[in-house]
Amino acid sequence: MAPHTEQLTRPAVRLRGLTRSFGGRTVLDGIDLDIPAGQFVALLGHSGSGKSTLLRAVAGLDHEVVGSGQLTAPDRVSVVFQDARLLPWRRVLDNVLLGTDGEEKGREALEEVGLKGRERAWPSELSGGEAQRAALARSLVREPELLLADEPFGALDALTRIRMHALLRQLWKRHQPSVLLVTHDVDEAVVLADRVLVLEHGRIGLDLTIERERSREEYRVRLLAALGVTAEVG
Amino acid sequence: MTTTVAATAAVARDTSQVRRRRRLSPGRRLPAARLVGPVLLLALWAAASAAGRLDPAAVPAPWTVVRTGVHLWTAGTLPTDILTSLRRAASGFAIGLAAGVLLALAAGLSRAGEALIDGTVNLNRAIPTLGLIPLFILWLGIGESFKVAIIAIVVYIPIYLNTHAALAGIDHRYVELAEVQGLSRFAFVRQIVIPGALPGFFVGLRLGVTGSWLGLVVLEQINATSGLGYLMFQAQNYGQSDVILVGLVVYGVFGLVSDSAVRLVERRVLSWRRTLSS
Repeated sequence: MAPHTEQLTRPAVRLRGLTRSFGGRTVLDGIDLDIPAGQFVALLGHSGSGKSTLLRAVAGLDHEVVGSGQLTAPDRVSVVFQDARLLPWRRVLDNVLLGTDGEEKGREALEEVGLKGRERAWPSELSGGEAQRAALARSLVREPELLLADEPFGALDALTRIRMHALLRQLWKRHQPSVLLVTHDVDEAVVLADRVLVLEHGRIGLDLTIERERSREEYRVRLLAALGVTAEVG
Repeated sequence: MTTTVAATAAVARDTSQVRRRRRLSPGRRLPAARLVGPVLLLALWAAASAAGRLDPAAVPAPWTVVRTGVHLWTAGTLPTDILTSLRRAASGFAIGLAAGVLLALAAGLSRAGEALIDGTVNLNRAIPTLGLIPLFILWLGIGESFKVAIIAIVVYIPIYLNTHAALAGIDHRYVELAEVQGLSRFAFVRQIVIPGALPGFFVGLRLGVTGSWLGLVVLEQINATSGLGYLMFQAQNYGQSDVILVGLVVYGVFGLVSDSAVRLVERRVLSWRRTLSS
């Protein structure tokens, strides 16, 4: 299950003292983080805890944001957003190929996410789950060393989300990119990731390695407690 | 068991126990709906003429207008007049179109361009273009160039305004996507900015086409020595209301054909939108 150890020795992402602030409010307060190549990391936190800010910093999308610190990330980085963000005026295959060429690779990526035969469809003809699959295909085509995902399944219904979890995990095993998945869903984090980080007050409050053999419930309780959720209903 | 369920369902439908909500939309469209009004008007006109209720000197019968039209076409100057008018409208429109698009791109894609262009165009917009006619006649003479220039101004303004608004309104999420996908500036403009601004551009284009005919009519009726408007102006002097009506019909046909042509192109180019509106 876990990636080979020689891959683990070379960090794909390296953050040292990463600080970001908006309008005088410090959102990230000196974050140190190493993500080994091939590791699947989930980043949990309350809304406003800075998880998206961290992801956008790693993606290089935080123009005009005040901050300091060191940041190393691989060359080939793909981002999956919460919305599929397909261009409505390009057919699905052309959306997948945005910014790259190689039609054959695009077709393969669509086949991998289960959208074979929908290459010529318009994005408006896809369901929410299909659109997010196309977005995954678009990120895969670039053969990323690092995949950043900002609550990619947040807008999907519960059943579609379960299927997407399986798909993402399967794609990760096959292509072995490092993954940084931002989510507010504790179950999603435990199901998908090998390592779960909890962000609080701009720092990493908890860094938990998930061992697949152990009960998920145990991790779930610990993570919920770290997020300040203790009262169980029922 | 199933039969009882089916039976009660049928009863429920018959007695309308499931009350339909009152429909607020106007419902399904009538076939050829856009033609109903004009055809009815034409029929009224013909009926009134046939019954002798209209003064033929003021409003000639439809068939008189058709006869005059045919006569002017075969024996008169109508073909050359139409050609002259078309050429004016086409040159003015082409110049206005190019200017509107180029200025909108320059203003939409660079802050310097915006600072230079946007305010200036809005200033231009505040001046009624037809009010510029006297000045343009002084500058360019009473020949063709001043007419083409006025039409170009009437055309470029709506094209600029709508295209610029569409460029400025491009979803920021797509800009972010382009950054993530590592698009070059050129690829960004070609693959995201231009397709994203096309719907707005077409709104401007349709207004521009209408504007070119409007400009043409005014120019030809006031300051022309040839063309359709001149033909109508002469007819006014000789009291030939049928000739005036022929001119109006030709203008109407021009407007209708050009607007339909733009809409056809729009439907083709924006075919991805059809799935949204249907």
